[in-house]
Amino acid sequence: MKRSRITECNDWFLERFPLTKLWNEHMAHYYAPKNFNFWYFFGSLALLVLVNQILTGIFLTMNYKPDAKLAFDSVEYIMRDVNWGWLIRYMHSTGSSAFFIVVYLHMFRGLLYGSFKHPRELVWIFGMLLFVALMAEAFMGYLLPWGQMSYWGAQVIISLFSAIPVIGDDLSLWLRGDYVVSDATLNRFFAFHVIAVPLALVMLVFLHIVALHEVGSNNPDGIEIKESKDPWGHPVDGIPFHPYYTVKDLVGVGVFMLFFATVIFYMPEMGGYFLEHANFIPADPMKTPEHIAPVWYFTPFYAILRAIPDKFAGVIGMGGAIVVLFLLPWLDRSPVKSIRYRGGIYKKALMLFVISFLALGYLGTQPATPTATIFARIFSAIYFGFFLLMPLYTRWEKTKPVPKRLTTVHSLEEQLPALIEEITVLKPAATEIGHTAFKGSSFTRQPNPEGIKNVISRLAKKAIGSLD
Amino acid sequence: MKNLTALLLLLLLSFGVAASEGVELQDANIDLSNNASLQRGAKHFVTYCLGCHSIKHIRYLRIALDTDVDQKKMLKDIAPEGANIYDQLHSAMNGHDAEKWFGTQPPDLSLIARSRGADWLYSYLKSYYIDPKSPRGVNNLIFEDTAMPNPLWQLQGDQYAEPRKNIWGHEYTTLVIKEPGTLSEGEFDIFVNDLVNFLVYVGEPVQLERQRLGKYVIFFILMFLVLAYLLKKEYWKNIH
Repeated sequence: MKRSRITECNDWFLERFPLTKLWNEHMAHYYAPKNFNFWYFFGSLALLVLVNQILTGIFLTMNYKPDAKLAFDSVEYIMRDVNWGWLIRYMHSTGSSAFFIVVYLHMFRGLLYGSFKHPRELVWIFGMLLFVALMAEAFMGYLLPWGQMSYWGAQVIISLFSAIPVIGDDLSLWLRGDYVVSDATLNRFFAFHVIAVPLALVMLVFLHIVALHEVGSNNPDGIEIKESKDPWGHPVDGIPFHPYYTVKDLVGVGVFMLFFATVIFYMPEMGGYFLEHANFIPADPMKTPEHIAPVWYFTPFYAILRAIPDKFAGVIGMGGAIVVLFLLPWLDRSPVKSIRYRGGIYKKALMLFVISFLALGYLGTQPATPTATIFARIFSAIYFGFFLLMPLYTRWEKTKPVPKRLTTVHSLEEQLPALIEEITVLKPAATEIGHTAFKGSSFTRQPNPEGIKNVISRLAKKAIGSLD
Repeated sequence: MKNLTALLLLLLLSFGVAASEGVELQDANIDLSNNASLQRGAKHFVTYCLGCHSIKHIRYLRIALDTDVDQKKMLKDIAPEGANIYDQLHSAMNGHDAEKWFGTQPPDLSLIARSRGADWLYSYLKSYYIDPKSPRGVNNLIFEDTAMPNPLWQLQGDQYAEPRKNIWGHEYTTLVIKEPGTLSEGEFDIFVNDLVNFLVYVGEPVQLERQRLGKYVIFFILMFLVLAYLLKKEYWKNIH
């Protein structure tokens, strides 16, 4: 049979480029543990949001003017006069907040299941570099709309560099390109936001994934699936990433898009957290706003900065809050990875850490009253305590025995029929007298108070017990 | 665990106390689908505000299209004499004069509803009172020592601030109209509400379109989600 031209073109290409090899290595023959739960959606979602930011960003750049006189108006021009400009801009502004939500959850997953531990230290380091690059990207992007919060937020953050002894003033001058945030600053931030940092982000994503695929994915049990292999050399508890996780991640994408679209179409400002109210006022270097707060995703670190009385020490504290995250793989001395087999101390410490992180995030949005500052200090201490005391408490804790193979946890979907059975009771349907017989379907399910009480008390006991 | 709960409770309490300050705002009744209200608001804006304040991010044409007014009627009834349908709503006052007269340039109001909020605007416009100590003769309960004189005083009448005491002995200020204006109190509320409604529309003209479209997008995503879920289930049926 004669080979078609298309097949020939195909072969010509494949003889010269290892597409099949790449596809197999990273998708079709990349074996991932089969017990990923919903926490494992956030990696692919982060990639999705990155693509969203890049695509919408390209379209925004077509109409945005990086000029202190024109920037604010050009954003409003996009919102009103550019066809679909409002949608693209909201996708970009909501996307930036979504990026941080997804990335914070992705990082928390790492804390839960010990994904940063040996042999995945480098995956974690690349991930942390991504996080830092993402913060830089978001910070510089926030200046571009040139509103009051853009301007004064940048002013405050850049002035932090001047707290560094000896070189501080020159450094902040060099960063701004002027004595105050001005057109020069806007132009260079634009350059970094649209090309320099995105390039770094894409490269780091590549490194993050290559490093991950070299050592293999962790899982909620925190065991290495490569240690038990079948005669063909595939992990027994592994399944090919494609098609299994590609189709599963599609479900995650659907759920994410549902939330994402709801925000874009019904609450793009998110009550002033995603788009701050004061940022609808054009930047005015002569008028300092009463209350300057960064966007919500920076507020935990901003609260740490304000909690420390000395400015330079505050800067060190804020930087330190990120640096300690880099050190995580070496701070944790526990022999087990997953929270499922860790002792109670780590679970309680992690819970305290999450509470203090959220509380710091809230405090960072509020004016620094004396009471708020005291609370910010307490929570900052817990934040650092979680990391710096880790070498001690993870060594002391009593861990549980780790299984050799993945354990099965029944999904909610599988538990649902039994649960419904338990909390309801079958009763004959109330019918008119004389019509009771013959109908098999004349039973209705009614809530069973006894059963509901049992389920709730069992769940409560389980929740309390899971902390030990 | 108990200590932790106590700490959290304490935290919540201390925030609650800190949050309850400031003058209470009145609720504006915002309905962007009420074209008649938006048209009246546009007319009020051109008559009472445009003298000093621009809303440069919108054109007469856009208002006409969005509020369903004939373009000719727009120019005849709403826009000022000589305006073109493609014009943005620029104030005729120049900035240099404004600076001399008011000490500051009246801000562009295109986004004022997004930065201040509808309730603030509504309360602000209703809270002017006669204050002989102020250089302009009036002051405002919501925004003290505002540079803006009250453009609506003829409509509202002469309002005075009177100190009162509530049953717990706390002092507060209430506003009383002593000399009625050309509008009754109810009419004036509707007047201000129309104006604020219009400013909310100007803040984001696409708002209604955005909400209308959202329904279809979310419906589509739900369909996608169902298909994706069924696909996943089919692929995973042999994985245990």
